[in-house]
Amino acid sequence: MDFDKYIKMLKAMLDGSVVSLEIFFLTLLFAIPLALPIAMGRMSKNKLLAGSTNVFLLIIRGTPLMLQLLVVYFGPGLFVIWLKNMGYEIAFFNWLNSWWKRFPAAIIALSINYSAYFAEIYRGGIESIPKGQYEAAKVLGFTPVQTFFKIVLPQVVKRIVPAMGNEVITLVKDTALVSIIGVAELLMVAKERQSELFSFTPLFIAGVFYFIMNWGVSLAFAKLEKKLSYYH
Amino acid sequence: MENTEQEIISIKNLRKSFGNTEIIKGISFSVYKGEVLGIIGPSGSGKSTILRCISQLETVTDGSISICGQPLVTDGVYVPKNQRHDIVLKSGLVFQNFNLFPHYSVLKNVTAAQIAVLKKSPEEARQTAMELLERMGLANKADNYPCELSGGQQQRVSIARALALKPEVLLFDEPTSALDPELTGEILAVIKELAEEKMTMVVVTHEMAFARDISSEVIFMDGGVIIEQGNPVEVINNPRTERTKAFLARFNN
Ligand SMILES: Nc1ncnc2c1ncn2[C@@H]1O[C@H](COP(=O)(O)OP(=O)(O)OP(=O)(O)O)[C@@H](O)[C@H]1O
Ligand SMILES: [Mg+2]
Repeated sequence: MDFDKYIKMLKAMLDGSVVSLEIFFLTLLFAIPLALPIAMGRMSKNKLLAGSTNVFLLIIRGTPLMLQLLVVYFGPGLFVIWLKNMGYEIAFFNWLNSWWKRFPAAIIALSINYSAYFAEIYRGGIESIPKGQYEAAKVLGFTPVQTFFKIVLPQVVKRIVPAMGNEVITLVKDTALVSIIGVAELLMVAKERQSELFSFTPLFIAGVFYFIMNWGVSLAFAKLEKKLSYYH
Repeated sequence: MENTEQEIISIKNLRKSFGNTEIIKGISFSVYKGEVLGIIGPSGSGKSTILRCISQLETVTDGSISICGQPLVTDGVYVPKNQRHDIVLKSGLVFQNFNLFPHYSVLKNVTAAQIAVLKKSPEEARQTAMELLERMGLANKADNYPCELSGGQQQRVSIARALALKPEVLLFDEPTSALDPELTGEILAVIKELAEEKMTMVVVTHEMAFARDISSEVIFMDGGVIIEQGNPVEVINNPRTERTKAFLARFNN
């Protein structure tokens, strides 16, 4: 048996899963806070801001994530070529293009995509807080900012945990999509090794990894839900 | 006599419209220190709207409101925003459905604004809160959450929460309407006790006997205007106008 090949395969897949985990956590790190101003923009009384945020959300939620990954990764390069054809050369874009890499492109595309979904969840949560909470806070002299962060947001967090759990589980699986722009995450590595070894094992291992990962996510969210169940 | 008393609330010619519908059609009254003003009237007559205008939850269309001599709005023109914040703290509002903060313990409901708004130290705030909860008979519930309390207990917490900011006047908007009949008594007793301690209050209520017992003055309003105003026993036992009579007749049987 090519024992060596299997060891090498396992090592490669370990590297791949680290990449998948990095993508997962970095996307959450950026998308969770980014979604808040987007939700605010969507709910703004300023019609222009609310309207343009809505268009942004419609586009992001209405087009495939894979397409968005391609646009973010290939976009800058195509833009530089387009500029050149128009007779322009702008140093900044050349620099951006030369620096542009697959991994950051994947993180940016995923973060933007997920912040759109999170923003809609936040918005639903914020709009579900009864008017009386704002009124009580106002009468007690809380400023609008204090009201939001002390009174509204903590209650929103509790309400959105189940919906966020579903999205995060989807994210675990969506990290596999970044292979379309050549990021060597777990599924891409598994696919390569599968054709190299003529074996089903790499794909099976990848499947187990995603499954366990989502098992952990489910447990974490169940725990969070329980932790927040001290009131209703 | 009025000159020697401190005017806590002064309302002159108050008007309020929602869209094209005028709900408050020119109302004037004053509340002096230590007085309890009872407001009675049929549903939709604008009682809550008046309290909400005083608490800055609604913007008046016209007229003047001053609290403790500080004008909030004069002939429909509001003072700048930064002055309105001080004025909001001069009155406390107790809602029909309590509006407690569900994610805060009972204690934190009463300390939160003291700390965040009055910038009191947590220790000082806690002490004030515990004294108030003691008075409300809820000291043993300090660590519970609102969802673990009965409606009557929740309403007492909300009264403590309002009192914690030491307002000059407490406004009650039908404080017992959301409660089961057997729980209204405990809230009425608390308000009565506050009246005996000379807390200035405006109480909107459908409890006629209660309004008569605690008020120093009663206003009967209907359709956005004051129909009758005066001594509570006079207004409630011997109403002068037909509208007041008709309204009260429904409560006496
Ligand atoms: N935000 C609003 N928009 C439109 N109309 C309103 C609004 N708030 C109150 N109203 C209307 O104003 C009128 C007076 O309402 P208000 O709540 O002040 O009456 P109320 O005397 O407190 O009645 P109740 O005894 O039922 O509490 C009602 O006809 C109500 O429909
Ligand atoms: Mg009302």
